[in-house]
Amino acid sequence: MVLMSNEKKQAKEIKEMTLIQGVTDGLREKLADDSNVLLLGEDIGVNGGVFRATDGLQEEFGANRVIDTPLSEAGFVGTAVGMALNGLRPVVEIQFLGFIYPAFEQIATHVTRTRARTMGHYSVPMVIRAPYGAGVRSPEIHSDSVEAFFTHMPGIKVVVPSNAYDAKGLLISAIEDPDPVLFLEPMRLYRGERKEVPQEKYTVDIGKGALLQEGEEVSIFTWGAMVPIAEKAADEMRENGITCDVIDLRTLYPLDKEIIATSVQKTGRAIIVHEGHGTGGVGSDITSVINDTSFLYLKSPIERVTGFDVPVPLFSIENEYLPTVHRVKDAIQKVVDF
Amino acid sequence: MKEQFPLRVIIDEAGKLVDEKYKEYVTEEQVKHFYYHMMRLRTYDKKGVALQRQGRIGTYVPFYGQEASQVGSALALGEDDFMFPTYRDHGATLTFGADMDRLLLHWNGRVEGCVPSLTKKIFPAAIPIATQLPHATGAAMAEQYKGTKNATIAYFGDGATSEGDFHEGINIASVFKAPVVFFNQNNGYAISVPIEKQMNSETVAQKAVAYGIPGVRVDGMDVFSVYMAVQEALERARNGEGPTLIEAVTIRFGPHTTADDPTKYRNQESINDVKEEKDPIIRLERFMKNNGLWDETWVEKIEAEIEEELNDAIDRMEAYEKADPAHMFDYVFEEMPWTIEEQKKMLLGGGA
Repeated sequence: MVLMSNEKKQAKEIKEMTLIQGVTDGLREKLADDSNVLLLGEDIGVNGGVFRATDGLQEEFGANRVIDTPLSEAGFVGTAVGMALNGLRPVVEIQFLGFIYPAFEQIATHVTRTRARTMGHYSVPMVIRAPYGAGVRSPEIHSDSVEAFFTHMPGIKVVVPSNAYDAKGLLISAIEDPDPVLFLEPMRLYRGERKEVPQEKYTVDIGKGALLQEGEEVSIFTWGAMVPIAEKAADEMRENGITCDVIDLRTLYPLDKEIIATSVQKTGRAIIVHEGHGTGGVGSDITSVINDTSFLYLKSPIERVTGFDVPVPLFSIENEYLPTVHRVKDAIQKVVDF
Repeated sequence: MKEQFPLRVIIDEAGKLVDEKYKEYVTEEQVKHFYYHMMRLRTYDKKGVALQRQGRIGTYVPFYGQEASQVGSALALGEDDFMFPTYRDHGATLTFGADMDRLLLHWNGRVEGCVPSLTKKIFPAAIPIATQLPHATGAAMAEQYKGTKNATIAYFGDGATSEGDFHEGINIASVFKAPVVFFNQNNGYAISVPIEKQMNSETVAQKAVAYGIPGVRVDGMDVFSVYMAVQEALERARNGEGPTLIEAVTIRFGPHTTADDPTKYRNQESINDVKEEKDPIIRLERFMKNNGLWDETWVEKIEAEIEEELNDAIDRMEAYEKADPAHMFDYVFEEMPWTIEEQKKMLLGGGA
């Protein structure tokens, strides 16, 4: 009995975790909470996933809940569609975002479109998890950051946590969402800074950004693996007497219009930092939100610091592809000097 | 390979029962039941083409010639089974329980028509090719997980066998022994491309070998063969024995769609020449005549019933309230995000 109450007490404790542990914790929470939640993907069962995001979950919840699928992205995404419209809540893992392309048709024509084409008679409440991004010396194609393909696609929400707390809370929100959610996990931050994570169920709202640092001169909008880059740049600029709002958007569709407008209307200057390619990147949509809401507040043109319009290069030169603290600082200086 | 997958026939073109094993199933009641449903589809299908020609609906996809395949498969299904059709399988959906006016609405560009039935489990027609096979697998795995005895059926044509999703859907189903029937209608053409240019294998059924599941090849113009094969496959599925691949060999008598001209790519005369001989409805008529079951009065009665049902459905389709542009915004998400809300206001007013 004493043991029991100790366990209970422990269950409410706060634990320090890495981002990937936050993901695992979120998955475990929902597997325990809702018997309709199933995980599908390559190597996610016995192996616990190539990054160990599902480590121990098959053992804990069984092979019929944590399912090792054939190597078949279109197949298991399509299978998850069938499950979702028949009452289950599948969460699929795409091993790397760069491997999602075979499933593109299923996502474009069914995952995202089913509710609209059936006027809500059928829906596809599923989550697609995908590690993404460069900077961890991965092989070719493993480093893509193509969130914009999906923010362009009507019918799916796109979220990107940058820390363990948001990872768990956003993932629980995503699994509970009545519509499909693409849940992007920045590989570069998987095992970075630990953060305090409550050992109980909580949610982080989809569609809400977070103000991480407050400043007066410049607003920096970013997400995922670029958050620490933006924060570091802001820290260093503070020493030069320039202070910045650093905003982690966390959701890329639908964007948090209010947090963007409020910050830009305060600072009058905006920088967008993302590692995806510049042209057609989500930065263009943020620029557009600023244009629509805050044009008359602007003291300088909006600057974008992004990945280049080139295939993400092999890792020997991937750091040159990625936005750096240096590039972000230059952009800050540029908008202040304008 | 063809020898290993012989065409199963129960009633042949001459209207003769050739497989005694199924004799007890070929009752007067069943024969009339099948005949009625095939006539219903034929009448609906002819009317569909006519409505398109008159400009009363948009592009229409006829299934003329494939009535036995669609009726036989659909009638084999259980009440709670889940159907995943393509755009050419509205005959099967109609037989399974789709609302005729909803189907016509779909051909008339109305989103309401994407839900063939509010009560029966029928997924909206797959427009992309073969994407519905993994859906049927997933829906079947959901039934398996829930511990029901329900099965699912995926319809697809010969062209679909060249798509990746054909392989992926069947492969996953076979690995997990999902209760699904993969029902192929091999009508010889994927728009203009004949089966010989679609695949190097002699049959579709033989592809089952690669997945370690049964492959069955039936005469798709013989409603009894189709019905029995699908029923046997469903039984396997319900018993936990996994999926079956059925190839129903049929003929698309008409064009791919009302926008297609088959004389561009095939000798339509050669099709017209065999129509009489191959027609699935005439085959059953011959059987009925051979066995003293033909009853003119009954045929006239059902023809009149079908005509009336069809005219009512057309009336309802044409009297349907005008399409509402708000619908394009209202169902993208359960809760409308601000982006769509703003766009809706921009189009329809109401102050942004």
